[in-house]
Amino acid sequence: MIESRHERRFVHLVLVGASVIALYPFVSIVLLALNPPGKRVSGFTIPSTISFENFTLAWQRGGFAQALFSSAVVAVTVVAASVAFSILAGYAFATMRFPLRNTLFVILLAGLMLPYEALIVPLYFDFRSLGLLDSRWAVILPQIGFSVSFGTFWMRTAFWAQSGGSLVEAAQLDGANTWDILRRVLLPVSGPAIMSLSALLFLFAWNDFLLALVLLPQNEAAQTAPLALSFFAGLRRGGEPSTIAAAALLVAFPVLIVYIVMQRRFIQGITTGATKG
Amino acid sequence: MEPSGPGDRSPRGRANRPPRADRAAPRGPAGRVQPVAYLYLLPAFAFFAVFAVAPLVHAFKLSFYEWNGITDQSWVGLDNYVTVFTDPKVRAALWNSVILIVFYAVLPISVALAVVGLMARVRIRGRTAFRAVLFVPTILPLTVVAVAWRWVYAPDGPLNFGLDLIGLDFVSRAWLGDFTFALPSMGMVGTWVTFGLVFVLFAAGVQKIPPELYESARLDGAGIIREFFAVTLPELRGEITVAMILTVTAALRNFDLVFVMTRGGPGTNTEVPSMFIYRSVFQIREIGLGAAIGVILMLELLAVNLAVLWYRRRGDLSA
Repeated sequence: MIESRHERRFVHLVLVGASVIALYPFVSIVLLALNPPGKRVSGFTIPSTISFENFTLAWQRGGFAQALFSSAVVAVTVVAASVAFSILAGYAFATMRFPLRNTLFVILLAGLMLPYEALIVPLYFDFRSLGLLDSRWAVILPQIGFSVSFGTFWMRTAFWAQSGGSLVEAAQLDGANTWDILRRVLLPVSGPAIMSLSALLFLFAWNDFLLALVLLPQNEAAQTAPLALSFFAGLRRGGEPSTIAAAALLVAFPVLIVYIVMQRRFIQGITTGATKG
Repeated sequence: MEPSGPGDRSPRGRANRPPRADRAAPRGPAGRVQPVAYLYLLPAFAFFAVFAVAPLVHAFKLSFYEWNGITDQSWVGLDNYVTVFTDPKVRAALWNSVILIVFYAVLPISVALAVVGLMARVRIRGRTAFRAVLFVPTILPLTVVAVAWRWVYAPDGPLNFGLDLIGLDFVSRAWLGDFTFALPSMGMVGTWVTFGLVFVLFAAGVQKIPPELYESARLDGAGIIREFFAVTLPELRGEITVAMILTVTAALRNFDLVFVMTRGGPGTNTEVPSMFIYRSVFQIREIGLGAAIGVILMLELLAVNLAVLWYRRRGDLSA
């Protein structure tokens, strides 16, 4: 590659600048939260003494123990069910021949374009008449329904990549049934794809706000973490910026952990998944 | 029902195909029909039908009724849709969501293209680290993003502090409470969120461009600008399509940021369609109107997605 030193330096400067902008808002609430509560903070102030009191305050006042637990229950259930159903459906689409195969796939794929903002009104009234409003099921069930489109598409691509080899054919010739082929042949080599899918779906489920806001309107015990955060941030009375900042960090923490652990896989997943779509 | 295209192949034809083609073009499976497939599809389709398709049908139905959520529903035909397009508040919300497309899609895509265009020319040290860092805004919960930016934009927050510091104190203001700047300020948060996603897509795409293309462009004497338009931009067409779809969708669906940062204010300055949908259930109690806005929103997204895909396909044919 022909490259001038100036050009190289300039590109790196741009990237460093962009990284600072990408991280700063988050860093700014970290700095804010580490101040002792009640201290008047403004601008770029870096806390002189580090205090975790805001975190304890937020934890107690905002009911975050309950909310984080609730979010975990919702996210884990959604991920487990969606991934399982997506594996089954993706497997059928990738390896089997049956009438209406393409039609069914297109119908499921159309779900990717469906904004659930448009479904939130009927879902509210449907769950109300079923008596499921304010229960965790009210957010879990629709999220599974929305996730299987993406998941099936994802797993079909993954199984395609695997079944391109002769493993599946060999197993078929051996007379293995479809269930054995999935379990013994395909699943053992699809770990990475399943992990990526789980991580992405976890992220979507954890970050969901609108469903929780509309479908869990009154039950504090079932509130998810983003919902608790929005209520906490909306409270003007106890709502000191530094305590709200601490609350936001509590909500972001699990996602950041998953991201840091799975970072490479995430980005790979996004790029390959998106460009194949 | 016949499987389409290359899927319809005899087992023998399959075995003879070179393995490379096998990977390059995914195809439908060959062999005999396996009815057991429906059993595998059942759970996914059951959930999809009950929690996505059925509510969609219900939304259509509700959009033709006037209903306060409690008493009887009364059929009003297209009245709710007429309201969507004539009520100044709803129209303002729809218009705002269109403006947000500039911030969520156009701006990040242009900036990311410029950055990636530069990156294509040099070896980047720490490429993966930059990627990982720039992607962070995309993975954070939007409620957290909203809290962080509310602080950045606060009257005594970092942005105003920084402006004062460099002598631009006449610029500083309560950004989210300002009638002129509230919407652009909100929009910039959208730019911040989607930039990482777009950048990561483009950076991966640019790495797949064969270096020969750049070499021959340079042999032809192409400068940085021509190289960008002759090689980088056309080669990234697929990634740009995906980026458009994802970011425009995010712009039109925007709810979390508005709810936590401004609740649509000041006045109706940052009002968006999804806020109205929420209000229709919990505040103004006009369920039919909320359903109608939802249907319009869905059609809008469908139209945008199809337009982008159609444009892409047309571009492919002419290329």
